Amino acid sequence: MSTSSGSTSMRTPRRRVAGLGSARSGTGHFWLQRVTALSNLILVVICLPIVIGMAGQGHAGVVATLGNPLVAIALLLLLLSVCMHMRIGMQVVIEDYVHAEGAKVLALIANSFFTIAVGFAGAFAILKISFGG
Amino acid sequence: MVQLTLPKNSQITEGKVWPKPTGANRLTEYKIYRWNPDDGKNPSVDTYYVDRDDCGPMVLDGLIWIKNQIDPTLTFRRSCREGICGSCAMNIDGTNTLACLKSMDDVDASAVKIYPLPHMPVVKDLVPDLTQFYAQHASVEPWLHTETPAPEKEWRQARGDREKLDGLYECILCACCSTSCPSYWWNGDRYLGPAALLQAYRWLIDSRDEATGDRLDDLEDPFRLYRCHTIMNCAKACPKGLNPAKAIAEIKKMMVARQF
Repeated sequence: MSTSSGSTSMRTPRRRVAGLGSARSGTGHFWLQRVTALSNLILVVICLPIVIGMAGQGHAGVVATLGNPLVAIALLLLLLSVCMHMRIGMQVVIEDYVHAEGAKVLALIANSFFTIAVGFAGAFAILKISFGG
Repeated sequence: MVQLTLPKNSQITEGKVWPKPTGANRLTEYKIYRWNPDDGKNPSVDTYYVDRDDCGPMVLDGLIWIKNQIDPTLTFRRSCREGICGSCAMNIDGTNTLACLKSMDDVDASAVKIYPLPHMPVVKDLVPDLTQFYAQHASVEPWLHTETPAPEKEWRQARGDREKLDGLYECILCACCSTSCPSYWWNGDRYLGPAALLQAYRWLIDSRDEATGDRLDDLEDPFRLYRCHTIMNCAKACPKGLNPAKAIAEIKKMMVARQF
């Protein structure tokens, strides 16, 4: 949250730079973004052949493939990793470009809701098919 | 949202074309941003012609020649004319650099196009208001912090530790890097920018400094430090050949290292 709204003209430059002080955070996101980038890479390499292999198979074939717990777990992990990565990445874009405080907070909340909803919907679909469709 | 277009009163208009100097054989065309806070007009781009046989080789030589010979109202900062003071930083031929270190012959375009450093308030013509830039530099407290009582002589430093400051201490605070950084354009009120962060790292890595933890605490912020997205314009623009992006990456590594 910035203090840029309202009149700042009487404040000293040092006061404006100081703002509300350091948030003492950000490293967690920075690290998680890199870790999920790595896990995305590994999991895409594992999951891509599985998904390509399923292309053209009928319902029964997909149910049989996802019935293998290793396949289902790999897909669930990919979904988790991608959703976490997507949430942090989109948050950075919003913080970069959306400056109105109200719109920014709403966009950040919507970003969280969206990625969590997409993640849970995907996870439900994978589990449902895995347990017999 | 960030403002991607210029506000109406900042939109640039066609300026005056000043007459060519008489009797000159070799001419170089200059197109220079002009804005006067007192006349209420929009900024414009004026065209000048510099007599190369009566003038030094650098872009700054041309500017001084124009000010002396054609238009004394042209306003710009300059002092040392040898890349040490950082005063004559401006946007030349699309890149932030020092006018005194840029040769007219190295400009690719047919005209030497000169604008003030991007995304800074303009005081007049090529003079940007760097008040906030200097305040950001001051905010990283660029001096030695110690708890240990000062020794009788000097604070000693191993040769290897001293060498770690090479590539950092040479910064002349010209602001070419920070004003070339898109993250600094959009969030310059909260992001410290490459120049201030390079100096922050210069003190973080100084073996004599005893406030490393406090310094990292003050920088650990989604905006102050983590607005750097490794765009690398800073390293490309730096007229002293320094690499602020690398210094910022080193700060991020220190942040991670103290977590584990």
